[in-house]
Amino acid sequence: MPNLNDILITLPEFYLVAAACVLLLADAFLPAAKRVWIHWLSILVLVVAAYLVVKGQPAGSVTAFNGSFIRDGVAEILKVFALLSTILVFIYARPYLIDRKLFVGEFYTLTIFAVIGVMLLVSAGSLVMVYLGLELLTLSSYALVALNRDSKLSSEAAIKYFVLGALASGMLLYGMSMVYGATGTLDLVQLHQAIPQSTMPHLLVFGLIFMIIGIAFKLGAAPFHMWIPDVYQGAPTAVTAFIGSAPKLAAFGMAFRLLETGMGDYSQHWQLMLAVLAVLSLAIGNLVAIVQTNLKRLLAYSTISHMGYLLLGLVNAGPEGYSAAMFYAVSYALMSTAAFGVIIALSRAGFECEEIDDFKGLNQRSPWMAFLMMLALFSLAGVPPMFGFFAKLLVLQAAIHAGMMWLAIVGAVFAIIGLYYYLHVVKVMYFDKPVEGTEVRLQSDFTLRLALSLNALVLLALGLYWGPLLSWCKQAFVG
Amino acid sequence: MIDPSVFQLVCFYAFAAVTVIAALSVITLRNSVQAVLSLVLAFFSTACIWMLAEAEFLAIALIVVYVGAVMVLFLFVVMMLDIDQEKLREGFVKYLPVGLIVAVVMLVEMLGLIGVRVMHTQTMGVNPATAAGMSNTAWLGMALYTQYLLPFEVAALILTVGVIAAVALTLRQRTGVRHQQASEQVAVKASDRVRIIKMAAERPVDSQPASAQESKS
Repeated sequence: MPNLNDILITLPEFYLVAAACVLLLADAFLPAAKRVWIHWLSILVLVVAAYLVVKGQPAGSVTAFNGSFIRDGVAEILKVFALLSTILVFIYARPYLIDRKLFVGEFYTLTIFAVIGVMLLVSAGSLVMVYLGLELLTLSSYALVALNRDSKLSSEAAIKYFVLGALASGMLLYGMSMVYGATGTLDLVQLHQAIPQSTMPHLLVFGLIFMIIGIAFKLGAAPFHMWIPDVYQGAPTAVTAFIGSAPKLAAFGMAFRLLETGMGDYSQHWQLMLAVLAVLSLAIGNLVAIVQTNLKRLLAYSTISHMGYLLLGLVNAGPEGYSAAMFYAVSYALMSTAAFGVIIALSRAGFECEEIDDFKGLNQRSPWMAFLMMLALFSLAGVPPMFGFFAKLLVLQAAIHAGMMWLAIVGAVFAIIGLYYYLHVVKVMYFDKPVEGTEVRLQSDFTLRLALSLNALVLLALGLYWGPLLSWCKQAFVG
Repeated sequence: MIDPSVFQLVCFYAFAAVTVIAALSVITLRNSVQAVLSLVLAFFSTACIWMLAEAEFLAIALIVVYVGAVMVLFLFVVMMLDIDQEKLREGFVKYLPVGLIVAVVMLVEMLGLIGVRVMHTQTMGVNPATAAGMSNTAWLGMALYTQYLLPFEVAALILTVGVIAAVALTLRQRTGVRHQQASEQVAVKASDRVRIIKMAAERPVDSQPASAQESKS
């Protein structure tokens, strides 16, 4: 029987649901001149949610609602950073949305519902909750991608995302039904216990394969990456910034819950599958990114390669690998919000500033923005002493400790190949002559500039002082 | 006299076969109206299978909600679509054999791996409703609102998001549209609409035809 204690454990989620509904109504009844309040209220709502997550964190792991919901250290870290990156996205999004007449309350409510999906997904304690959390997240994302409904590119991206997403959800469900058929339980912890006694190991492996396809699709790992470039390019940049951050944390959380909490006993089966996905993602992501001329598309392919690195951590299938992968997911979320933040800061209505050529000679026009972009790109490339460097180092180390030296070597080689296209953008910004007629007019929004500067500088700061975050991540997987 | 368990098994295979054939025809039939009707059949035979598993409530809900409401709506939409049949047929025959071969190979491989025998060893588990001594519907309600409360609520959230998304993507607030305002229509008084003016009972005959002729010329 659910009781008050269950609600206390799930308080951050319940609070966010209530707050999202209030925001929805507030948006409907506020006069047009005061609509901008929704923006500040949404940020406040997320800050309070982050406070509730940290404040109410129990020691160790507790479950609520008959094991449907797990609240532990892993969920805490993922939730905190998902909320943090969403706050950043909201700050970056406001001037962008106002400029393009896309400033609607639905952007905020849908994003908050997506964040609720992220939080439920990373706390999922049963197969049903994994599926429902995922659907809540992706359904909101489809709508967000299509938010600019007069743009053909956006609509196309949304349709592609929707169709492929539905297919992937179907695969995931199919896999889950097989696992349920073989073990007779939906609860992930009971599943873990039931697996050794199962009389149908082949059926379990089949289910596992389908679930991994679902996970790979949500991560955007090759060969299930087809939607990523189109969605990243077609979605409004503010939405792309969101899709590149919190949902990646959720995908890691989902992979961890399904593979470790649920199918941990079958790690010898899924390790190699993940290794193959990782190699393909690294190759496709890094090689195809080289020929891109659109920065959003380039960042999309770079996402694919980053998911490859994240999988390197998961391949380890031990606390070291999981903490490395989570560290990587967190670093990726912060790096990608910074990179998309710069694109937003430089764009204005009618000029999206998403071609690499638009960045020519940025240093002469806005040295500070060029510097921030350089920090973000160096971090994405994994140049020491940036945040991304240590994240890459940790996942490579995890792969080596898993006894997969070859995988670590592949990872290192592709990191060097990847360096090329990031440095190419930096070269364009610093050494190319600006093209006439593409004057950069910076967004004058103060909060955006402040948040963006902080975001990019944090990448440097965490690169120099990464100990506390890493020990926090490691702590989550102890015991 | 037929053994009831054998009869049940025969029924199960019959319904399962109908479901699979109907599902196959949903994706292979070229006429979309026929495809929707096959989907109805697939739902119906699935409901029959659930009935066999003593999940009466789910079976009835599937028929009432999906067959009765959703699929009828689908039919309306499909009938209104103007689909060029010829275009759909292009490439269909070309890819059909390849698709069929791939599907059959996958099926054989899966059956080979998982094994048909395994499926017979697993009989239907103990029905939790009969174990708890209540009807299927009552047990389902109990489980839904206690053990599966959180998933149930999250499903409601997903529906909410669906509504918000639909409104956000389709509502266009047009300006200058003339609406009916029922409250004003009801509250109207005769004095607002009808103006009574006093007029002379008889109009004096004047030279109007003449002036009209003048203006015409």
